Formats: sequence, structure tokens, C-alpha cells
Amino acid sequence: MMLGRNALSVRGIGANTIDAVWRLGYASRFLGLTVGHSGTCARRPRLVVREVYYTGVLSLIIIIVSGLFVGMVLGFQGYQTLVTYGSESALGVLVSLSLVRELGPVVAALLFASRAGSAITAEIGLMKATEQLAAMEMMAVDPIARVIAPRFWAGVISMPLLAAIFSAMGVFGGYLVGVELIGVDQGTFWSQMQSAVDVREDVLNGVIKSCVFGFAVSWIAVFEGYDAPPTAEGVSGATTRTVVTSSLAILGLDFILTAFMFRGV
Amino acid sequence: MQRGTLDLWVGLFVLAGIGALVILGLKVGNLGSFSAAETYVVYAEFDNIGGLKARAPVKSAGVVVGRVDGISFDTKVYKAKVKLNIEKNYPFSKDTAASVLTAGLLGEQYIGLETGADSDMLKDQDKITLTQSAVVLEKLIGQFLYSKASEGGAKQ
Repeated sequence: MMLGRNALSVRGIGANTIDAVWRLGYASRFLGLTVGHSGTCARRPRLVVREVYYTGVLSLIIIIVSGLFVGMVLGFQGYQTLVTYGSESALGVLVSLSLVRELGPVVAALLFASRAGSAITAEIGLMKATEQLAAMEMMAVDPIARVIAPRFWAGVISMPLLAAIFSAMGVFGGYLVGVELIGVDQGTFWSQMQSAVDVREDVLNGVIKSCVFGFAVSWIAVFEGYDAPPTAEGVSGATTRTVVTSSLAILGLDFILTAFMFRGV
Repeated sequence: MQRGTLDLWVGLFVLAGIGALVILGLKVGNLGSFSAAETYVVYAEFDNIGGLKARAPVKSAGVVVGRVDGISFDTKVYKAKVKLNIEKNYPFSKDTAASVLTAGLLGEQYIGLETGADSDMLKDQDKITLTQSAVVLEKLIGQFLYSKASEGGAKQ
């Protein structure tokens, strides 16, 4: 009896593993198909521009407000800790480095996944559930080229821009609290920041991170939408999975990228 | 949504994103002071470089004249070999002295150059012979204690 149950659970592990590998392969083939059918986007850039509006422009409010507040909180907390060691002049360094290297790309990507990624999944899932994708195919319109690829590329384009706006707003928020409110010297705030932040090492690596996150989140969002079971329950499950999977993917990728970029050598 | 309005918003969004990147590069980063000037390579050997790291600044009279390009350990003489990139428009004499200095009490370490009187200038791939190692705090304290102890012994 005990053996039987063990065998069952082992079988369960095996089935889950095979399922996971199969889904990863399916998602990779889907990504290849999306990239392969991107010719339409290059010929009709207006399709992508329209989606950039829905994924990028409409995410601006949440990105700007969160960036500002994250920067302001960093200003307060950083000052509290730094003033203990008498080095509150390094506040600008702390705020800008943590934003440009980590918080900017990561938090912007998490917000992007929950604000835009979930919307993409829900939209594509509902199009599938109401057989709009099938109707397109009936009319000899390729749904991957016409619906999936523009949303995918719009996400890839929007993400680095949103992350840059987030970081810039965060630095501005840190400046507001640090210099205007608490009274750290303005000159040391900016000059220490400029001497510590390296354009290639810090800013460019942050941009690379946000590009990778944008790619991952857009891929997960369009795939979950396309793969959603065509029911109300299926679409809601797919939307949840998009947010959960993208958040985990962002954090995992961030660890890997950070380990490669900032090894402290 | 009107086509024109949509284009306008997307245009504004892209401009805002690029503007944020430019701000990050110029205001937050040091792209403004970044110089793509041509450099020449000079080597310097130190007994001890302390906490010197690659990309640390090379300063003369407090002005950044170059960067540390790489640090290696030479097993022929058992010394640290530091490769310095110095900008072409700052020539230094052959008898220039290089020392590992610390910015502030516990700040980052950098290389300080003090030019000598020689009329020959350092050329590419030259070696600086006059070097002074980093001050190691533990050794300094040890020396101080040792000298204090011997003083006390002499008095008695």
C-alpha cells in the first residue's frame, strides 16, 4: 500500500516534469512562430504603434507615481541609515545606484507585468474564447502576425522606456526628499552621484536588464493568452498565470543577470 | 481614439522614455565628463596595492588623468603589477613617482602621480620605477605600538 502511494507520487512528479518541459517547448516554438511572423509589423508599423499606446502610454501613470514614491521612500530610509555614519552626502549615490541597477528595471517590470501583461493575456484569451482568432483564420488573416506579434513587439519596445522613466522619476523623488525636504547639500548630492554612477556599468546594464524583462514578460503574456482554454475560467486562470509566471521569471532572470553583471570583480 | 491623438501620445511616450535615458546618462551618470581621449599605457610595480581596484582613477594634483586598466601579480619579482591608462594630453616625466593613496580616511583608493624633473617623458609601455605602496592600517598600528614599547624600554 505504502509502495503503491509512493509510486503514485513518483508518477505524479514525472508527469509534472514532462508537462512542464512540453509546455516550455511549446512556448519556445510559439515564440519562434511569433518572431517569424513579424514581417507584417515591419510593413505596417501602425499596428505596433497602436499596441504601444495600450501597453506603454496607459502604464505611464502607475510607473511615474510608483517611481516617484519609491525614490522618496529611498530618500527617507537611506538618510536615516547614512546619517548614523555621518555620510548623508552619499544619499544621491544610494538612491541612484539602487534605482538604476535594480529597482528601476525590476519594479517597473513587475508593474508592467500586472498592468499590461495581464491585459494582453485577457484580451488574446477572450479573442480566442469568442472565436475571433478562428474567424480571422477563416478570412485568411494570420492571427499570429495580426494580433500576437504587434502586442509582443509593443511590450518589448515599451519596457525599457518605462524602466528608464521609472528610474528618472525615482531619482527626482530622492532629490525632492533628500535635498528639498531634509536639506542634504545639493552640490554633493549630484556630484557624488555622478562620480559613482558609471554609464556603461550601471545605466547600460539596467537598460539591458529591462530589455530582457520586457522580452520575457511579453512572451509569457502572449503565450498564456494564446494557450488559454476558451472558457471564462480558462481566461481568468491564464491571466493569473501571466502575472505569477512573469513575476517569478523577472526575479529569477534578475538574479542571473545581476550575477553576471556585478560580480564585484 | 483618433489616429492623430494616438500617434501623438505614443510619440510623447517614446520621447519621454528617451529623455529619461538621456537624463540618466548625463545628470545621474558621468557621460558628460566621460572622455574618449586617446591614452598611453604605463606599468607600475608596487609591494602592496592595498584595496586598489581596476577602473580606479589615476590622479595628479587631484585631477583625474587616467584610469587603472588592470592589476596582476608578477611572480618574477613577487610584486603587484598595475597597468595604467593615462590620457595622451597629459605627458609625465620619466622619473614620475606613483603612490597608492586613499581618498579620505576610509574612502576608495587611487593612484597618485607626482612628476619629476627629468626632461624625458614617459612613453607607451614604459615602467614607473619610483613607487610607494598603500598604507596598511594594521602595519601602521603595529609599527606605532612597537616604537612605543621600545621607547618605554629605553626610559627604564
